[in-house]
Amino acid sequence: MRDKRSSSQKRARLRSAPENFISDEFVSEVRQHGWDDARRSFIRKSLMAAGAALAGGGVARAATQNEPDQMITQPRPWSTSLGNPVAFHPYGQPSKYEVNLQRRQSPGLTAVSQASVAFSPLQGMFGIITANGLHFERHHQGWVDIDPTEHRFMINGMVKNPKVYTMDDLMRLPSVSRMHFIECGANTAMEWGNVAVPTVQYTHGMLSCCEFTGVPLKYLLQDCGADFKNAQFILAEGNDGSSETRTISMARAMDDVIVAWGMNGEMLRPENGYPLRLVVPGVQGVSWVKWLRRIEVGDKPWNAKDETLGYVDHMPDGTLRQYTSIQECKSVITSPSGGQALLSTGFYNITGLAWSGRGKIKKVDVSVDGGRTWKAATLNTPILDKCLTRFNFPWTWDGSPAILQSRAVDETGYVQPTKSQLVAVRGTRSIYHNNAIQSWKVAESGEVFNVHVE
Amino acid sequence: MFTLNNVRTLAVVFSLSCAQLSIAQPIDISALTSTPDEQAQIEATIKKMAEQNFTFHNVGRDALKVEVEAWDIDVRPDFQGLKPGKGSVADGEDVWASKCASCHGDFGESNKFFAPLLGGTTEDDVKTGRVSNLRAEANVPSTMMMKLSTVSTLWDFIYRAMPWNAPKSLTPDETYAVVAYLLSEASIVDADFELTDSNIAEVQKRMPNRDGMVVYPGLWHTLGKPDTQNTACMKDCAAQAKVVSELPEHARNMNGNYAAQMRIVGAAIGVNSDKPKLTGKPQENAAAVRAFARQTIQGSDKKGGANSAGDAGSNDAKASGDSMDAATEEKVKAILTTNACTSCHAANSKLVGPSFKEINEKYSENDAAKLGEKIRKGGSGVWGAVPMPPQPGLADADISLVTKWILSADHD
Repeated sequence: MRDKRSSSQKRARLRSAPENFISDEFVSEVRQHGWDDARRSFIRKSLMAAGAALAGGGVARAATQNEPDQMITQPRPWSTSLGNPVAFHPYGQPSKYEVNLQRRQSPGLTAVSQASVAFSPLQGMFGIITANGLHFERHHQGWVDIDPTEHRFMINGMVKNPKVYTMDDLMRLPSVSRMHFIECGANTAMEWGNVAVPTVQYTHGMLSCCEFTGVPLKYLLQDCGADFKNAQFILAEGNDGSSETRTISMARAMDDVIVAWGMNGEMLRPENGYPLRLVVPGVQGVSWVKWLRRIEVGDKPWNAKDETLGYVDHMPDGTLRQYTSIQECKSVITSPSGGQALLSTGFYNITGLAWSGRGKIKKVDVSVDGGRTWKAATLNTPILDKCLTRFNFPWTWDGSPAILQSRAVDETGYVQPTKSQLVAVRGTRSIYHNNAIQSWKVAESGEVFNVHVE
Repeated sequence: MFTLNNVRTLAVVFSLSCAQLSIAQPIDISALTSTPDEQAQIEATIKKMAEQNFTFHNVGRDALKVEVEAWDIDVRPDFQGLKPGKGSVADGEDVWASKCASCHGDFGESNKFFAPLLGGTTEDDVKTGRVSNLRAEANVPSTMMMKLSTVSTLWDFIYRAMPWNAPKSLTPDETYAVVAYLLSEASIVDADFELTDSNIAEVQKRMPNRDGMVVYPGLWHTLGKPDTQNTACMKDCAAQAKVVSELPEHARNMNGNYAAQMRIVGAAIGVNSDKPKLTGKPQENAAAVRAFARQTIQGSDKKGGANSAGDAGSNDAKASGDSMDAATEEKVKAILTTNACTSCHAANSKLVGPSFKEINEKYSENDAAKLGEKIRKGGSGVWGAVPMPPQPGLADADISLVTKWILSADHD
């Protein structure tokens, strides 16, 4: 697609005098002041005015066989001028070319944006760690930014000494840093029925994975003298308007639950519970209570609002299955994925994420024929407990239609189910805890679609 | 309708009609307590911590009784934690009208902002303790009351988190009253009923879905037995895959333009979903797909994305007059959003309440103080039957900023 303006005449002129884009005055100004945004914008305008030819409508074109690539043969502003000073952005930002990758709401999902979801752009993420600014959001009554000097954390209930801790107190204690995935129990909920959303951001984007830092809850329970003989549960409660409450088993509380303030080396973001949240590895996100203010130790579950009205599995016989906690073994291909297009035949690295609330990922298989045949993918290290694992699978696309699927197996031997298998047990009225195998159809045009198959 | 004798006779009815539905009872808590393996693990952990000899001298302090009372507001199904008090259906109706109806509707039926609270339960459900409309074949959208198994949950949640924009502002008596009103609207108690801490346990015996909950231990205990059993078949696994569901063409761009939500370089590039599906060969599409993706970066950062969903009011609010600078307007936007004003008011279209444009046209800039009072104290009758809830949490400065903005900005 060649822009009409790109006459060979203009192109010739452009090639012959590329240095004329940049005047002597401009060069000396840049030497003096550095290359700030105003000067960038000037140079970009100069380039674009002269360079429609160069870009075919403003877009850089790679070389064809007969035509050398002007990105190589022509001087480019970034390599022929002074760069920006240090601390230009005192808190670093992604390149402006990455601005498309944002967390986003799914229109029509919720009527009120304070009780809503913003999905992570999994289609553009690498490895297993979620950048802090792209961590998914799900709030029940809006997010708050709590002054950490005014935040308090209390433990009460079946303990010898109910105690209050400040952030200063907690941050003096022995801490751990561990990488864990967090997945909302409603992730992939929109797909229980028919295909409802186009891209992996919306099908699976209530999923993130960070290195969390904090004090193991077991130390604090011990510090307060919890009645381990009789207590069976804890209640976690938030310090925000919703003061979300969730029941968690004592077995977990004494295992790997963390009272966390750190997230990928910095403090938690306000949207993720600053200054304190609970990390409950393997368990659905709603239990990772944000803005954590209190743990109560008790001998019975609480049947909180989100343990009876939400986060329950609506079974075919009309019963509501509650206290489903584990995010079971699941995987998804993130590239290629829905809404994208393959722009030629040939080699592609099929890549995606696998995770299990029961432990480590043992194996991921990939099918390119809709589940008829499967081959093992390669798992990237590290492979960690209740953490995302990245898989890769080499594929040469011959241009014919294909249906891509991934299927994960965890260390307990549990195999990620098909949607039909889930529906056979839980029926069609369920919403939560959908860990079915995802299918992406690659059409002959190269466009990739979210599909359900049988 | 609601008497102790009734409750006793209904228990017999329950045992008879229960046979029609699959058997469910109040959940068995022992399914959720530690397994022997888990108990052994806990004991090993305690032992190990003892060996590590962590004693955190001078870290934290004992909680005062009054502090624990201030925060320990949770109510369990056995009513542990319930504050003493009482409230009548009639009192609850008043609280409801002024503080709840604007979001949930006069009778808890509205689905405008949240799932409907009431509807779908029957007299028979009150007898059986199972809501028959929850069965898949009934195909009835679920309401709060259909799913709710314990009345404690309703009391707990309203007391801790309601009203939406002023959580924890209800007194225990007001909470009893609102719960009584909802129970009455759901025909669980009579219209002259007064709910108290001493009769709430009897009400529990009439909750329509009190026996409708089950637990599956394998999804609670980390190493429990799952409810699906797939196998890792490697070849000749399934017949030729048949596509049974795809996104309908009309929904293609519902989530915004895909290209504007993806990286402009990579193995596969986001397509322009403002246009129909790609046709032809990939090579023929390549240049156009790349060119479109690249141009998504020019102009607005959020162009084509779905980020404007759900905050139409605050987005529309950007068309302001000269009287406010951009920073002040940002602040107004933040106030409107965090106080849920935009749940009911949009820039120039009527939602629950009047649009900012309508208010702007009705009042002059001299009415700022009057309008400020209406925001603070709430009101009704001016714009229709649905009352505006009071906003006790709003600072004076914020109210005056918002009124100034409403009265001076251009809301088109």
